[in-house]
Amino acid sequence: MSILIDAQTTFIVQGITGREAVNLTRECLDYGAGAKIVGGVTPGRLGREVHGVPVFDTVAQAVAHHGAAIDGSVVTVPPAFTKDAVFEAIENGIKLIVIVTERIPRRDVAQMVELATLRGARIIGPNCLGMIVPDVVKMGGIGGPARNAAQAYTPGPIGVISRSGGMTTEMSSTLSAAGLGQSTAVSIGGDAIIGSTYAELMPLFEADPQTQGIVIYTEPGGRMEAELARWVTENESRLPIVAFMAGRFMDEMPGMSFGHAGTIVEGKADTASEKIARLAEAGITVAERIEDIPGLIAEQMQARGTPTTAAAQGGLS
Amino acid sequence: MRFFEYEAREIVKRAGIPVTDFGFATEPSQAREIAQRIGGPTVVKSQVLTGGRMKAGGVKFADTPEEAEAYARDILALEIKGHMPRGVLIDPKAEVAQEYYAGVVWDGPRKQPVMIFSPVGGIDIEQVAEEQPDKVGRRHFSNILPFSEFMAKEVIASTGVTGGALNKLVPILTRLAKVFVENDMTLAEINPLGQLADGSFVALDAHMDMENEARGRHAKLLADLGVGSEETRQAREATPFEIAGEEVDAQDHRGVAGNVTEFDGNLGLVIGAGGGSLTLFDAVRAHGGKPANYCEIGGNPSVAKACGLAKLVLTKPGVDQIAVMMSIVSNTRVDIVARGVIKACLELGYDPARKIAIFRIPGAWEEEGFKILEKYGVEYADRSVSLNEAARRAVEKIQGVAA
Repeated sequence: MSILIDAQTTFIVQGITGREAVNLTRECLDYGAGAKIVGGVTPGRLGREVHGVPVFDTVAQAVAHHGAAIDGSVVTVPPAFTKDAVFEAIENGIKLIVIVTERIPRRDVAQMVELATLRGARIIGPNCLGMIVPDVVKMGGIGGPARNAAQAYTPGPIGVISRSGGMTTEMSSTLSAAGLGQSTAVSIGGDAIIGSTYAELMPLFEADPQTQGIVIYTEPGGRMEAELARWVTENESRLPIVAFMAGRFMDEMPGMSFGHAGTIVEGKADTASEKIARLAEAGITVAERIEDIPGLIAEQMQARGTPTTAAAQGGLS
Repeated sequence: MRFFEYEAREIVKRAGIPVTDFGFATEPSQAREIAQRIGGPTVVKSQVLTGGRMKAGGVKFADTPEEAEAYARDILALEIKGHMPRGVLIDPKAEVAQEYYAGVVWDGPRKQPVMIFSPVGGIDIEQVAEEQPDKVGRRHFSNILPFSEFMAKEVIASTGVTGGALNKLVPILTRLAKVFVENDMTLAEINPLGQLADGSFVALDAHMDMENEARGRHAKLLADLGVGSEETRQAREATPFEIAGEEVDAQDHRGVAGNVTEFDGNLGLVIGAGGGSLTLFDAVRAHGGKPANYCEIGGNPSVAKACGLAKLVLTKPGVDQIAVMMSIVSNTRVDIVARGVIKACLELGYDPARKIAIFRIPGAWEEEGFKILEKYGVEYADRSVSLNEAARRAVEKIQGVAA
């Protein structure tokens, strides 16, 4: 099992004729069982094809051509056009939208998320690489070309949630090397306001029988770690969580943003040290180094009675 | 992007919120003229983008225009926490009966703006929230439904404010919410919002922050206020080294090789991507290393850009070696970065094997990249070496060199 997507998920790519989108389409088609990309949209390019995927002027045309509802969309259009593209996807019945685009003002993101919520749709991102179900399907640039993605991601019991796209792969690769595969890895994006936070994805992992533990990558800026800590405490989650906090040096440099737009520290609660304290209070283990993560999560899964391949092999200390 | 107080007050004024008859001066004589126009006692306030002005002596009360001029002269020359003032604001000294607070900020997890209102103003709202939580009202509002006055009414009423004050405050808070939304602010705050003896309200100070990503769509407002496109308004001004980093990144549109921040250590860093850079910078410091800089590469930059960034870092005074490290790449090509950093060493007349402490970038096109690195004798590592271990090796090496 997985969360959000599986081998049957149909999706389109909005902005499909852009250079990065062409690559992303190839990667998704090549990975696992091959993503079911049923169309692409670039206004004015009706009738073209990208790696065999038909291109349309509008999302409505793509839906009509497919002849049934389309599950998802990967949005790769420039920041000034993203809100319109996402509204178009939502109003055409699409329920899962991955926004790759960076540098979208917060107000636009908040408007997209609010409309999505009203229509029962979910947004992942913006400023993210999408998600991957190892060996099955990927939706977005996560992990890169199929060959590279296969090197880092393996199927298994760990759900991965990360504010950094690159670090999603780095952490998953480290888990894979220790014999701990992933159920689904989600790059949630590095902006101050995003469609799906840790706490909003937790119920999905909680309901997924394959998932036995969660690994998250976090940064200074924003309050979504406190939101996760609250969720874990209030819902008595069955899943152990190990978190890695990058950007600890930023605590000495208030008001400056590094790495992602969302890392700006606007108050005391946004600092790395405060977040580490909040997470620890909720029983979430905060790893000092990436290479410590597999041992820590395996230990906690064992403590909760989940045998792991890695632990069974004695490969972890 | 933060606004100076005089700009923030101008924004408030344009929105139709009552303000005092303030003026902005960059010369002491202008300060005197403004004080003369105002007539009566004035407040002279340093215009700096940092807090603690009062404590630092950046706010003075003047009884006469001559006194205002003298204070302006002192304050214009007064550095506060490393910032020289942009000018001084001359404000009539208002007879305030009570100070209130009104603000709008984003609530990230809730993904909506939230209005915050308190009848206790003039001090930090977080302090009020801690000490008198029942005196702080909060109300979220929709991003897509039109803002309506009842929302402002609700948050004001929730703090126990009623009568004439409530009715006078509703339009002020409504306009502030509109300022926040229409100008893509991340913070719009009036503190204190003064209630005068006659019961009317006037904004006595304002704090505004505009989202950097949205600056492009507020070109007219920024031009009207005289905010130059080159003004970053970061917590500190960009250094020449950081500006040179921007130039490297701007040379072509392929990928990123920039976002440089200057530090004073001896280990130059050519690191990426966003999250990888944060992780690596922490790791270098955890092992006792002294970074000369922070930076980010990613999104598959050209050889020229990778080379330009490496050259910039290599030629920074005090830099002995560089460490070239990234989290596993899938979009950026390992071989292109390898070519870029080796080219930088060679063009500067350095031996890459000596100057590059470690190269740890696994991922796309790594076989090709590692082949090039091997040819030049550069120490490299694949994904079996963690980011932390790569940072440790780099620090160990540079400490050996320095010893």
